[in-house]
Amino acid sequence: MPETLVPACQELEAAFTAAWGDQVFRDELRRLFAEYAGRPSMLTECHNLSRELGVRLILKREDLNHTGSHKINNVLGQGLLAKRMGKQRFIAETGAGQHGVASATVAALLRMDCKVYMGAVDVERQALNVFRMRLLGAEVEAAQSGSRTLKDAVNEAMRDWVANVEHSYYCIGSVMGPHPYPYMVRQFQSVIGDEAREQMQALIGGAPDVVVACVGGGSNAIGIFSGFIDAHTRLIGVEPAGGAAIGNGIPGVVHGMKSFLMQDEEGQVREAHSISAGLDYPGVGPEHSHLAATGRAEYPNVTDDEVVSAFQLMARSEGIIPALECAHALAWIVRESPAMQGATVLMNLSGRGDKDVAQMMNVLGNHG
Amino acid sequence: MTAGRLETHLRAQRTAGRKLLVPYITGYMDEWEEAVMACVANGADAVEIGLPFSDPVMDGPVIQRASTRALQRGATPAKILDGVRRLQVTVPLIVMCYYNTVFRSGHERFAHSVADAGISGVIVPDLPLEEAGDWCAAADAAGVETIMLAAPTASDERLAHIAKRARGFVYAVGLLGITGERATLASTAISIASRVKQHTDLPTLVGVGVSNAEQACEASRVADGVIQGAAVMRRLLDEGVESVAHFVADVRSSLDAEFSRSRAGVGE
Repeated sequence: MPETLVPACQELEAAFTAAWGDQVFRDELRRLFAEYAGRPSMLTECHNLSRELGVRLILKREDLNHTGSHKINNVLGQGLLAKRMGKQRFIAETGAGQHGVASATVAALLRMDCKVYMGAVDVERQALNVFRMRLLGAEVEAAQSGSRTLKDAVNEAMRDWVANVEHSYYCIGSVMGPHPYPYMVRQFQSVIGDEAREQMQALIGGAPDVVVACVGGGSNAIGIFSGFIDAHTRLIGVEPAGGAAIGNGIPGVVHGMKSFLMQDEEGQVREAHSISAGLDYPGVGPEHSHLAATGRAEYPNVTDDEVVSAFQLMARSEGIIPALECAHALAWIVRESPAMQGATVLMNLSGRGDKDVAQMMNVLGNHG
Repeated sequence: MTAGRLETHLRAQRTAGRKLLVPYITGYMDEWEEAVMACVANGADAVEIGLPFSDPVMDGPVIQRASTRALQRGATPAKILDGVRRLQVTVPLIVMCYYNTVFRSGHERFAHSVADAGISGVIVPDLPLEEAGDWCAAADAAGVETIMLAAPTASDERLAHIAKRARGFVYAVGLLGITGERATLASTAISIASRVKQHTDLPTLVGVGVSNAEQACEASRVADGVIQGAAVMRRLLDEGVESVAHFVADVRSSLDAEFSRSRAGVGE
């Protein structure tokens, strides 16, 4: 972490701690969750897929939130915090564009200026989300350095923050970066797990056998895991084969955090390659590294081909087009279902697939 | 703690009435060794050599471009340190690298590898004070001076801790932002240098955004000297070693002219 930003992180930690302990802040966030984001998000039983796979598959429908993913939970929290801290400018990085869209949305709602950094490669493959951000009044800048994907967008956002730290708030989109971000983003996303625990209790009278979520930085996974950490539930975070920080990485320090990182012998960060822009990140949130090290959660990975099949499967079997990121979670469930027959599996459907439709048209041809 | 070679050298130069000039060269760039020699030959008091990193968050476009170029040429810390070992220079050399390079190698191993190559000091721009203890201890033990950064955002209390932990000199970050040339010297360059000097007698050099001879002189009215990176590397990238040599010579003569005049003025 650059020395320039250390006082800003300390100021942020103090502001978050005060806000999180303040009932007025919590009530305002709860109100926005309900009236603006559409929470609580519902559960959907996948009757067709359950029959097909031999497991009881239940989805936590974060895709139905306003802006189409779980990202809004975190951004509403950080947006309120930025206002409380008196910051007028909101900076964000984005991979697939979901965090960027959520940031642009909340900045519009709370009347802040918004600048979103997005890797040039992602700007191309997620053109629709770029336009959505601009419609919402945000300025979108393509990061041209390095691999020109999410990690480079983070670099550019940090460079902006270093230069504008006095009046700008950096809204990190996942459970990553320097303290207090991983902890703070986890707290904002824990609403997913809190709701799911209660909803599962009502639906099946307890916790599911398995909880599955995709992992890039890992915020939707931490969010849903947080509801089941103390339950007898297998926690599965699915990484892309081409960006498996926990699966293939070794400990490293980048973007202000020590965690598993895809890197070479000299410590140069490797470029992640995944069909989904949102998971094209060579690192992972430090809490996931901890959960992996202690064995509390498992982090398998799936290939792009498995993901494409799962994407099609969910569309045709359930009438739900998932985000490519979430198709990673389903791909693992499909692969492992023979070994978990009869199990109750809760999958976090963290985003909808509208943003991926144009890209999948290129992959699959016009007939889908 | 007895003063290391870098600190001793810079203090001696300062005592002699000279303002300190430390140019930066990205290791393993085309002609980097010639560029280091050109800096020394034209009046550098020390040279900072960058170990290129894939994700240099404190660096602007020029040093990013140099880092990418060096990595494409196959740069590794070991190759650069081998190159350093072969250089016949009369001034102390400093390595600048991001922390993952140090972490990946291991603190003790990295400290010894730079010491063995004849490097006097190390700058790790993304290793803040709170996390620096283990590295600094390993560096101290290996006889390598860890230069600490002092940013305009730091409180006076924080500056006091930074100054206490610093070896060699204190790197006063001249502006809120990343490396790169600017049209004018930021006012923060003067204020941070003067604030740092209230906490330490170590040489205090301003770096980041010190773009030419005029700005070097302006910053040196308060600071003990300057570090120049992007201004040097833009010339190396676009024009070559000759241009680096001219630039360093120009800054050197401007500093000498300005400050020998003021020294003379005091006596007369």
